[in-house]
Amino acid sequence: MPLESVNDFVVRFANVNGSGSASANELFARAVLRMGVPVAPRNIFPSNIQGLPTWYEVRVSGAGHLGARGGVDLMVAMNPQTWDKDVASLEPGGYLFYDSTKPMPASKFRADIAVIGVPLTAIANREYTDPRQRQLFKNIIYLGALSALLDMDVAAIEKLIGEQFKGKDKLIAPNVRALHLGRDYALMNLDCPIGLTVRRSDKVGDRIFLEGNSAAALGAVYGGATVCAWYPITPSSSLAEAFAGHCRRYRIDPDTGKARYAIIQAEDELASIGMVIGAAWNGARAFTATSGPGISLMQEFIGLAYFAEIPSVIFDVQRAGPSTGMPTRTQQCDVLSCAYASHGDTKHVLLFPEDPAEAFELGAQAFDLADRLQTPVFVMLDLDIGMNHRLCRPLQWDDQRKFDRGKIMTAAELDAGRDFGRYLDVDSDGIPYRTYPGTHPTRGSFFTRGTSRDRYARYTEEGAPYADNMQRLLRKFETAKTLLPAPVRRNAEKATKYGVIYYGSTSPAMDEAIETLRSEGKLLDMLRIRGFPFAQTVPDFIAEHDFVFVVEQNRDAQLRMLLVNELNLDPVRLVPILHYDGTPITARFIANAIADHLDALKVTPLRKVVS
Amino acid sequence: MTYLAKPKFHHPALPRNALGYTHRDYEGSVSTLCAGCGHDSITGAIIQACFELSIEPHRVAKISGIGCSSKTPTYFLGQSHGFNSVHGRMPSVLTGANLANRDLIYLGVSGDGDSASIGLGQFAHAVRRGVNMVYIVENNGVYGLTKGQFSATADRGSKSKRGAINTDNSIDLVAMALQLGATFVARSFSGDKEQLTPLIKAAVEHQGAAFIDVISPCVAFNNHEGSTKSFDYVREHNIAVNRLDFITGRDPITVDYAPGTAEVVEQHDGSRLVLRKVADEYDPHDRRKAVAYLQESAAAGEIATGLLYVDPEPEDLHASFNTVATPLNALGEKELCPGSSALDRINGSLR
Repeated sequence: MPLESVNDFVVRFANVNGSGSASANELFARAVLRMGVPVAPRNIFPSNIQGLPTWYEVRVSGAGHLGARGGVDLMVAMNPQTWDKDVASLEPGGYLFYDSTKPMPASKFRADIAVIGVPLTAIANREYTDPRQRQLFKNIIYLGALSALLDMDVAAIEKLIGEQFKGKDKLIAPNVRALHLGRDYALMNLDCPIGLTVRRSDKVGDRIFLEGNSAAALGAVYGGATVCAWYPITPSSSLAEAFAGHCRRYRIDPDTGKARYAIIQAEDELASIGMVIGAAWNGARAFTATSGPGISLMQEFIGLAYFAEIPSVIFDVQRAGPSTGMPTRTQQCDVLSCAYASHGDTKHVLLFPEDPAEAFELGAQAFDLADRLQTPVFVMLDLDIGMNHRLCRPLQWDDQRKFDRGKIMTAAELDAGRDFGRYLDVDSDGIPYRTYPGTHPTRGSFFTRGTSRDRYARYTEEGAPYADNMQRLLRKFETAKTLLPAPVRRNAEKATKYGVIYYGSTSPAMDEAIETLRSEGKLLDMLRIRGFPFAQTVPDFIAEHDFVFVVEQNRDAQLRMLLVNELNLDPVRLVPILHYDGTPITARFIANAIADHLDALKVTPLRKVVS
Repeated sequence: MTYLAKPKFHHPALPRNALGYTHRDYEGSVSTLCAGCGHDSITGAIIQACFELSIEPHRVAKISGIGCSSKTPTYFLGQSHGFNSVHGRMPSVLTGANLANRDLIYLGVSGDGDSASIGLGQFAHAVRRGVNMVYIVENNGVYGLTKGQFSATADRGSKSKRGAINTDNSIDLVAMALQLGATFVARSFSGDKEQLTPLIKAAVEHQGAAFIDVISPCVAFNNHEGSTKSFDYVREHNIAVNRLDFITGRDPITVDYAPGTAEVVEQHDGSRLVLRKVADEYDPHDRRKAVAYLQESAAAGEIATGLLYVDPEPEDLHASFNTVATPLNALGEKELCPGSSALDRINGSLR
């Protein structure tokens, strides 16, 4: 039986990269959104520019599930290279949409799926002579055919085309025409609609649709960053590029046309972080954007920023490691390498945004935290949030909000005779005062160094002042716990001895999994961690439950290790749920894994049976 | 590294500069380098140059990497902020600092290990970008703090203190700086303060990437027979292409120069360089000929010193980036944060 579903299915487009399919596929996702139905699109792409397989998956979910679901209900199979795998990946009863210009042998199909052929190449060749046009419009033609097959609102797509080509108006009519070529073919030759349909709804509301990297970059603009130093690396490059785009729009002095920002593409990640540290030392808000290999390269400098206490913000858009790993696949695998980055005793502040809206908020807040704590702050994004469009709540900003520049001693305070010791803990919170270079002709200067020094920044190799300083850094880390975004707790409707901890891009899959589990009578309290060091509510949550599942997207249960290590917990009570094949974690995976464990935990121990 | 404060007593008749400061106001802590170290002479030249230029010490940011040379910023300009960063990475820290506040003077101090070995990449890229800075390499051809290993500027055939012969070719940072577009390139010798001080003054006033390679013999590990960076060797082979007199602002030129022996170069900020010719045919405005001259003199076993190249109208990184005149670190919410109404429009465009 072919699948039947309204507003709840997964479409996967199998394309060749460089074929111009991305914009047509994104149009499809946006058209569904415009019909008031939530979508969650995901790019699955190779580390390549042209010629390799790429997929674009759109989960249509009237219920608003934005995590990856797993499985495919409708495959738009445009890539002969991956045909067999694509056909095999369809759910039983699924639909296979393909270019029927060349006949395919029956052995290439499956008996349990519905096959829909549209002669896309033939139509494109008939209508267009230019090879590139044939290629590009073929994508729009299949979009048109899908609009008929899924009973979509064609006016919404036409409107989107108009918006997309605003300013290049000549392109609007040919695209609309291509859309109708496909749509008309389907309406005349195929049974429309199929079992999967999109029905107009009102489930999108005022939500917005954007990529986490762009949102984080906007957070940096709102957070007052003026210096960005970066080195291109997937999947973080689009963050720095988005920052450049936002700055061109919002950071040009209207009177002089001059830039209120400086963006420097450095020669490598070492130079990037060095520039960030130099700029931040000199009083500008500065950041870099990178991924795991960049974090590895920056280690020495990160230790300097920790020890010399220089605010710096690092956006780490995580990808699958180790080494070059899978550069275009997602993971949460840099948790430990960031938390303990650099040699010697170091610990760093981490933030874990769950979606673009939080990437914006925590992206801006990271600069306040870095200045307040005078230390590096890592914003832990990943490819799944960073490079995919995600539906999320609108971005908000309070115009009363001021930048928190932290403890800066001014020339007036120095003139008033205030004692300045760069590493003097005057407020017992571990955070000393600093001065910007050039503040005062005769007071407040100091020497910044990675070597040990006393409270007045004088070089020393004596044990007592060294230990005193290291202890103060620990006190500062304690203070950080009170400043970081608090964990978000959601309790089950009834008391339960099971809990689950998760973070970052796992959120939507976790939300959906918890519903599945609840429908099976399995109740869990949830805690979403948003920062490291952990607030007191984290050990409290764990103490309240017999077993706590820790859901992560890495092999080694890195957050669990951090919990065990930092909170001195019994590891047995923290059950790892790990997904690390490079695809985004799914609700199905989480629900199955937790259900299996719960079933196993419920087995009555043998000694109880015999006693 | 030092922790010895220097006594502040000084003779009441010490000369004062336009700010009323004496030479002593430009000093730092007591040097803990070896007695006779060339680096201390460079420190002295920096102090003298800043004193003569009447620079406010706190308007200088002194930034270094790691090594003997990188310790020296502690020994001058005690009222300046200093940053002793990471080995070989002074250029990136300086670049970032410069982006944050274009109004300070950036003095980068490095060594040959720091800039030619571990930090060769950062040296090259900072020069290439035209960061407005004075980049001084205190070049002794040897690792001092780790006791005498060859650095990348050691000449092929040069002998170490322990008798080993260097078989690697040397890196000439001056030639690289010329090739990479530095707009002020000089070489000097720590033993020739008369030559070095005006070069530093001119470099400070130069509003672009100024690079000075200062050969600075290591008395502990590289001052023996067979070394090409010893005091004796450098004295014997040093050929100055010109002598520089530096004149600040609108001061009259008081020295009489014989016709045809001097050239006046006016820099963008109004300061003037009077170049007394030594090598007749040397033209410090021709980058390509300067590179050729360096190669020829090196082949002849000579060390060419002096102001090797200057572009009186340099452009720096801020010009490339078209940044606002106000230092970026002085901008606040009003200039930087687009506010909620802009965000509402952004939200609207994302639906």
